[in-house]
Amino acid sequence: MKRGSTRSSDLKRWLSQNTGFAAALLLFAILFLTYNVLHPRGFSSAVAIQNANETVAIAFVAMAQTLPVLIGGLDLSVGAVMTLTNCVASELLTGSPLQILLGAILTLLTGTLFGFMNGCIVVYGRIQPIIATLATGAVAIGLALLIRPKPGGNVDDDLGWALTNSVWDLADTYGFADGGEAWWLRPFADIPVPFLLVVLVAVIVWVPFRRSVTGRTVYAIGSAEGAAYMSGLPIQRAKITAFTLAGFLAACGGLYLAIQTSSGNADVQQAGAYTLNSIAAVVLGGTSLLGGTGGAIASLVGAMILRVISFYFRILDIDPLLQPLIEGLVLLTAVSFGAFRTLRVKNQLDLFR
Amino acid sequence: MTEAIVEYRGVSKYFAGIRALEGVDFKCRPGSVHAILGENGAGKSTLIKIMAGVLQPDAGTLLMEGKEVSFAGPQAAVDAGIVCMFQELSLIPDLSVADNISISSPPRRFGLIDRRAQISRAEELLARVRCEDVDPNALVRELSLSRRQMVEIAKALGRNPKVLILDEATSALTARDVRTVYDLLGELKDAGVASLFISHRMHEVEALCDTLSVFRNGQHIETFQKGEKSEREIVRLMIGRDVDAQFPPKPDRAGEAATAEPILKVAGLKWGNRLNGIDLSLKRGEIVGLGGLDGQGQKELLLALFGVLKDVEGDVIIGGQKGLPSSPATAKNAATRMALVPEDRKTEGLMLDMSIADNLLVSSFGKISRGPFIDPGRAAAEIGKGIAKLQIKVGSADDPVMTLSGGNQQKVVLAKWLMIDPDIILLNDPTRGIDVGTKQEIYRLMRELANEGKAILFYSSDYAELIGCCDRVSVLYGGQVVSEQSGDGITEESLVAASLNIGVEAA
Repeated sequence: MKRGSTRSSDLKRWLSQNTGFAAALLLFAILFLTYNVLHPRGFSSAVAIQNANETVAIAFVAMAQTLPVLIGGLDLSVGAVMTLTNCVASELLTGSPLQILLGAILTLLTGTLFGFMNGCIVVYGRIQPIIATLATGAVAIGLALLIRPKPGGNVDDDLGWALTNSVWDLADTYGFADGGEAWWLRPFADIPVPFLLVVLVAVIVWVPFRRSVTGRTVYAIGSAEGAAYMSGLPIQRAKITAFTLAGFLAACGGLYLAIQTSSGNADVQQAGAYTLNSIAAVVLGGTSLLGGTGGAIASLVGAMILRVISFYFRILDIDPLLQPLIEGLVLLTAVSFGAFRTLRVKNQLDLFR
Repeated sequence: MTEAIVEYRGVSKYFAGIRALEGVDFKCRPGSVHAILGENGAGKSTLIKIMAGVLQPDAGTLLMEGKEVSFAGPQAAVDAGIVCMFQELSLIPDLSVADNISISSPPRRFGLIDRRAQISRAEELLARVRCEDVDPNALVRELSLSRRQMVEIAKALGRNPKVLILDEATSALTARDVRTVYDLLGELKDAGVASLFISHRMHEVEALCDTLSVFRNGQHIETFQKGEKSEREIVRLMIGRDVDAQFPPKPDRAGEAATAEPILKVAGLKWGNRLNGIDLSLKRGEIVGLGGLDGQGQKELLLALFGVLKDVEGDVIIGGQKGLPSSPATAKNAATRMALVPEDRKTEGLMLDMSIADNLLVSSFGKISRGPFIDPGRAAAEIGKGIAKLQIKVGSADDPVMTLSGGNQQKVVLAKWLMIDPDIILLNDPTRGIDVGTKQEIYRLMRELANEGKAILFYSSDYAELIGCCDRVSVLYGGQVVSEQSGDGITEESLVAASLNIGVEAA
């Protein structure tokens, strides 16, 4: 009895501390289930694979954006870094398996270094994140155009097939687990690989980060930077790490995009759209733009909400031209709930701080 | 005698040429509870901040256990064993209690924070401060101010201090918590920890401390054992300075003031835990001072009257109308116009990058516009009048306001509000950080305005100003008016005694 009651009070506390995230999770569940009900081939592996593929890049970029937002900044270069690493990957993901692996590592390293540079500019140059990354974002696009003036690329076909389909296809392509027929693989066989990739990165990068002193410092900076300094937290290191991780996660997005499309494309519009959508996803997930609350998992859910909305246009007979309008209205409604905070402010001067 | 654990030798600190500490020699011994006493601006917080590594001294040396030290930042001081609880809390609102208690050096497993160990550590420390009712998983944001202070104390304890600094750490505590803190300080004293205690509550100092040091004007005046001096002598030591400003004469208006109807009448004003039932009245032609130590609700009172705070309770009558204005815009446009010269002129009073002219006009666009457009002729005339009236020393009215000296900047703020011809003028420490000459001009101006029939409510952290300028003074303590003084009854001793909430008059 007692245990049950503490469980329910634990849940209550979690809900009150993560209202935004819980609401996002609920919204996504409703949207996604309804979508599958309405879809003629709903709840099938094929639909799930297609959906997952289209969500990976924005999911990574949204997770990337989360870190600078948590310290109370914005990173306007995440879309551009994704584009840059996409172009780098389109040159390197070819040859022997070892060469492909090396190419993937180099791609991720490019994004990570770019993020590290952003962090150093913000910390040591004492430039506001939004303007620093506006500039470095343009640099990233410029580099991408140098690497790949025209869309194209040379990405290993097997890799492209294996990573954009189900677990069974992955095993089949590379001939492990008896070509996908092993008994222990059966329960997972229909899960889309792209989904697993996102979860894998979230678990091995985000979860440990969240539980490190650096990760805690990132939250502390966004919540009360003065108190964080007074408590002797490593503020500079945390800021640099936030931008570095943002670069790494954006590179994950770029790498996957190259594998998915078998090419690289230095598309300026696409980079801008990804950056803006990443901010929308972060907000939809319940992370405050003022910093200090939220997280990458929440942004992942936010990105999935954004994508599900766009899927509806395929199965319902709505003019695709209405898509931006409807996405805008959903975002506006979602952020309006966050505005209730201001109703609780007792000193109106606090609204401007 | 035991060796000093912390020693200052000739330490000085200046801010923009103004001394905050000068040639301070100070010692603090292990196993003692040491009170630091002084008026506002006596240098107490600068002293503490140097010890805690937040500020670096401009001259002199700091010794710890006989060795010279210099702290690059707060972390260096914490590593050396100096733990400070600041007046402004150093907790992170969006993190949990357990996170905050072990903020910079949490227990770890495999390099990652061990949440379970962190929670049991938090439970242990919370038990030591008898706050078992605080949930270590709760966010600090969800706690009341008094619980936050206790968490802050638990956090400090967890850092195993050799020197523990409590800067107004008991200001929001309940009586039971204060008892707990007393006991804790006793335990720490037995364990050889030196505690430095800054408090504005004399009875706490009396109960807790064994050694007392008085600071005044950035200098260390005297250190003595408890019981060597009476409260009265201590208050003398804290004041002990010459009144260096000249004030305009106060008119004798005893007869008319008694009969006139107040323009502002406040009864039982409450807001959160900062204002706890303020009673006050203000008549035309009167300058009423707000006294007391910093942070006793004076600023909140002025903000409340100007319509900045929400959910204020109590009865307010302004110029015959019931109720508070809902915003600064309504306060300045109402039938009884109000103006507020805010606490921080750099952020709330002026737009530093904009020109002097724009800053002067910013509250009175209605007056100088024709339809939706600003009339350049009227604007120029008003700017000229404003500059002439306050004798603001400007090169050109188009220069950015930040090119002016502090005194002239403050005159711009005053001129801006005088342009709307207010009936009630609220002043929040208007002479802070400005030169003596300009101060005296402001005193004269205040008296002129009062003589013109305006009502002035004047908060100042400088007692001499309150004595020199005000017809009446209300001293605030803990969000309440604890003493009202008028005429010749306003003296330094009575003001200081009232702001510490002790009855020296009776002694």
